[in-house]
Amino acid sequence: MLEVSKLSVRYGESEVVHAIDLTAVKNETVAIMGRNGMGKTTLFKALIGILPTGGGSIRVDGVEVAQMESYLRVANGIAYVPQGRMIFPNLSVIENIETGLERAADKTIPDEIFSLFPVLHEMRHRKGGNLSGGQQQQLAIARALVTNPKILLLDEPTEGIQPSIIKDIANVLNEIRKLRDITIIVSEQVLSFTMAVADRIIVIDKGNFIHEDLRENVDTEQISRYLSV
Amino acid sequence: MLLGYSFSDWGSILAMQGFAGLSLFSVLLLMALGLAIIFGQMGVINMAHGEFMTIGAYTIYVTSKLTEQYFPAFMPYYFVVAILAAFIIAFAVGYAVEFLLIRRLYKRPLDTLLATWGLSLIMQQVFRSIFGGREVSPTLPQWLMGSWSPTATIDIPINGLFVMALTIVVTTAVLLSLYKSRWGLKVRATTQNRSMAGAVGINTKKIDRITFAVGCGVAGIAGAAFTTIASTGPTSGSQYIVDTFLVVVFGGAASLLGTIASAFSIAQAQAILTFFMTNAMGKVATLLTIIVILMLRPEGLFTSKIRK
Repeated sequence: MLEVSKLSVRYGESEVVHAIDLTAVKNETVAIMGRNGMGKTTLFKALIGILPTGGGSIRVDGVEVAQMESYLRVANGIAYVPQGRMIFPNLSVIENIETGLERAADKTIPDEIFSLFPVLHEMRHRKGGNLSGGQQQQLAIARALVTNPKILLLDEPTEGIQPSIIKDIANVLNEIRKLRDITIIVSEQVLSFTMAVADRIIVIDKGNFIHEDLRENVDTEQISRYLSV
Repeated sequence: MLLGYSFSDWGSILAMQGFAGLSLFSVLLLMALGLAIIFGQMGVINMAHGEFMTIGAYTIYVTSKLTEQYFPAFMPYYFVVAILAAFIIAFAVGYAVEFLLIRRLYKRPLDTLLATWGLSLIMQQVFRSIFGGREVSPTLPQWLMGSWSPTATIDIPINGLFVMALTIVVTTAVLLSLYKSRWGLKVRATTQNRSMAGAVGINTKKIDRITFAVGCGVAGIAGAAFTTIASTGPTSGSQYIVDTFLVVVFGGAASLLGTIASAFSIAQAQAILTFFMTNAMGKVATLLTIIVILMLRPEGLFTSKIRK
């Protein structure tokens, strides 16, 4: 489904992500864990095309997207939930979700979205900027889901969100997997969240993948050691 | 008492100057709408905006001359077609300018300022070369002439009424398309976060190009309105550009309702004050008031309230 090979990303002359390989199949959730500044967000921005690719290839269902602009990658099945949510603060909740319907023949929001996120239905006429952090996170996920993605990228979805809502978000992600055949790539620092959603855990350090394990085999202490400063 | 005017004189003065203010308001608003889309929504400072108005005005002039020469029977109706042509031509030129110039400068606001100012000088010279330095006027259809006198002392020019009606139509169209259409949604999303709009599937470059072109097209319509109240010269548009920026900044850069309110207050203040003072003093008084208000409210009249 998603095949990334030898992907590197640069800011000017300095390479931040070094020739990374990553493959994920249908219905699989992969978590990429690492401390701050290790290249998680950079990797995600390169996958969606906000940062240019420095080299290597990104294939979605066999289609090479590494040289495409963001909107074409979305058309080819990548959806992106950025770190810090980045919802459109001046648009209403409904309008925020509708921005993701660019390729859909029917421009109304599917009912499925509101049954996944009932709170968004309650808040549908509010401006996105007036929602709480957790609600904004759900809005950002909803906005990504309506693009009908094959691959959903979530960059630190639990950052700055209270623990009870973190559990909700984990449940929603698992629900989404049941509803759709979707590949989820999520970057995280919270191990408990990762253990609740991921099939496979990869540790990134200084722009390299240094460790990989299936969830069943994960030694949580070892991962925690990678994550501690 | 009453500066030597009687009460009914006062009524007539206020009505007529108020209406003169409304005509000025109409042209200012049409200009400002285009600029509010381009500057308010996209953040591009387009110093050549006035020249797009001039394009619209010259389009009316050329259409009027062509109609007069080849289809004289069509004279009473040409104006409506000409307004459409003014929009289309200004839109097309705007589209080309965005493609060739503006899109390379989105991240460099100061350079955009200089480049568009240069562009405005070039366009003025082009107008001068094609149409000559002398001001020209289209032959207006008969039904736009004359005036309407509800009382003996009040004279309301028909062309002013027409310009107002045109302004209402265009403003409604712009508001509806920005706030009710899919295009408007994409414009607003792109404005708020360009890279994120791309990441939810919006072709932001295309949106930028069309938005800029629509802003220019609306300026073209402003030019069409302008021909009914004044004659057109190569620098007609540049005389409006300062006032127009004033309207947009005073109204609050991102708010179209603010633009309407501020165009109204600025135009009315100028029209009514210039009756009692000289033209220059009226302008000075308006400007001073605006400066004071902007010092107290730097974000402009209207702002949208969200948590930061």
